[in-house]
Amino acid sequence: MTNRATATIHGWLLLLPAMACLALFTHWPALASFIESFYSTPKARRPARFIGLDNYEQMLADPIFWKALSNNLWFALGTIPTSIALALLMAVWVNDRIAGRTLVRMAYFTPTILPMIAVANIWLFFYTPQYGLLEQITGLFGARSTNWLGSQDTALYAITIVAIWKEAGFFMIFYLAALQAIPPSLGEAAAIEGASRWTFFRRIQFPLLMPTTLFVLINAVINAFRMVDHIVVMTRGGPDNATTLLLYYIYQVGFGFWDTAYAATLTCVLLVLLALVAFVQYGWLERRTHYQ
Amino acid sequence: MSAPTPPAPTATRADPYAPKGLALTLESTGAILLALLWVLPLAYAVWAAVHPAEYTTRFVLTAPLTLDNFTRAWAAAPFARYFLNTFILVTMILVFQIVLGTLAAYALARQDFWGRDIAFVLILAQLMIMPDALIVENYRTLAKVNLIDTIPAIALPYIASAFGIFLLRQTFKTVPKELDDAARVEGASPLQVLMRVYVPLAKPTYIAYGLVSVSYHWNNFLWPLLVTNSVESRPLTVGLQVFSSADQGIDWAVICAATLMTSAPLLVGFLLFQRQFVQSFMRAGIK
Repeated sequence: MTNRATATIHGWLLLLPAMACLALFTHWPALASFIESFYSTPKARRPARFIGLDNYEQMLADPIFWKALSNNLWFALGTIPTSIALALLMAVWVNDRIAGRTLVRMAYFTPTILPMIAVANIWLFFYTPQYGLLEQITGLFGARSTNWLGSQDTALYAITIVAIWKEAGFFMIFYLAALQAIPPSLGEAAAIEGASRWTFFRRIQFPLLMPTTLFVLINAVINAFRMVDHIVVMTRGGPDNATTLLLYYIYQVGFGFWDTAYAATLTCVLLVLLALVAFVQYGWLERRTHYQ
Repeated sequence: MSAPTPPAPTATRADPYAPKGLALTLESTGAILLALLWVLPLAYAVWAAVHPAEYTTRFVLTAPLTLDNFTRAWAAAPFARYFLNTFILVTMILVFQIVLGTLAAYALARQDFWGRDIAFVLILAQLMIMPDALIVENYRTLAKVNLIDTIPAIALPYIASAFGIFLLRQTFKTVPKELDDAARVEGASPLQVLMRVYVPLAKPTYIAYGLVSVSYHWNNFLWPLLVTNSVESRPLTVGLQVFSSADQGIDWAVICAATLMTSAPLLVGFLLFQRQFVQSFMRAGIK
């Protein structure tokens, strides 16, 4: 046997355990969702049969699907820019020698390590009408009592705020690491040139943070499609689907109504959205990002 | 997904843009106000948990302290079992992730063989197609092999982690090739080289990855909720959800106590090893 062949066998043997698990729980299910989306859901006496694009037609005519999709886009739009901006602000602050910076950093980061499910319980209590802390504070200013999670107008905002609270501190860590890695000589040079602090931030620090911003952005986008734990606890998608996100709808269709073929169809949409994110990252943003 | 590692900072010198005087005061005030806002929900839960129910929403400094809510929560649901289940779960996942990840990362970092690049792309696909999106099909697979409602069922979709493999591959690539060659000249087999040279040098990466993995799976909820339905397999997060959505008559004091109890090990660990935690998350992100 040639050296090359031995190396290939060795290489694949090393990869085998991990690849087998990935094939079983990532590649195959993704493919299976795609195949299954062209079949009907098997019932007790009726096995699954090929139905072409019927599931997709059903989906396009399903108002809850559109509602979930638009909710998810608003949720993404609400969480991504705000949590990234807050994370950057937190990092800049904690990077300076402010009073009590260790405690402040800890306060920002703590929500990250709490289980989302625990966080959701705490916020559920926080939002409770009449009784919760938020009501007590707004009550002091004489505001009318609002059922934050029970009203169609406010429920999606309420869960968006929880998500921002949960992830901003996590993203802060990456900005903090990147800020600390910027060579001090750049600051000195800028100071000699007489640049203001804002100019220094906008023209030097911020561009140098672009790779971090990209990394954080991708994470934030994926999170926007992945975070549903708090919805299970706080609203169960309600009121009237006002807080149903795509993954939550998949969970509902697949495990509440047991319509697995339709759930597979919805899964395909989610996978396409995630693939689109990957495509944008590698194809477009990567080229526009300046690396040091 | 990776942000490249920027060059290491040179020795600390005075930063000309560090705020001084009034600017520093303003900045500190802003940072502290935001920090207070950030801990408010948590502080509120702590308040409710350590005071009798009648003080849950009445903030009086003289309110008596009590641990009663914790004992009641502990007695009302099998939390000891849930703790054990979660402990078994995170250990199982971490051990498998590290073994599988180490082998795969070694192949990708230091072996040159046919199909390596394709394999790498196939592995990275998991970064985008996360197991959470594939709940329907994964449930079906595990039902076929009769594993539903067991702890391995919760663990299986996660034991091959693209993130872990990627992280270890990057670390292994920084190991000097000379060390590898020297060990081989001494007659070490490839696996011995891996265990004696690469693994010890990657210790910080293992610690970082371990912390990230444990906190992720300690907190994971949706998938465990789907595949478990008995006390014997339920992890803490699902147990907490069952506990707080059952007929507690919305006793917030007890629910807050249970909530804090389930997060306590991670929270205490974080407070004690804050620096390591933060640095681990940084390392995991930058590599």
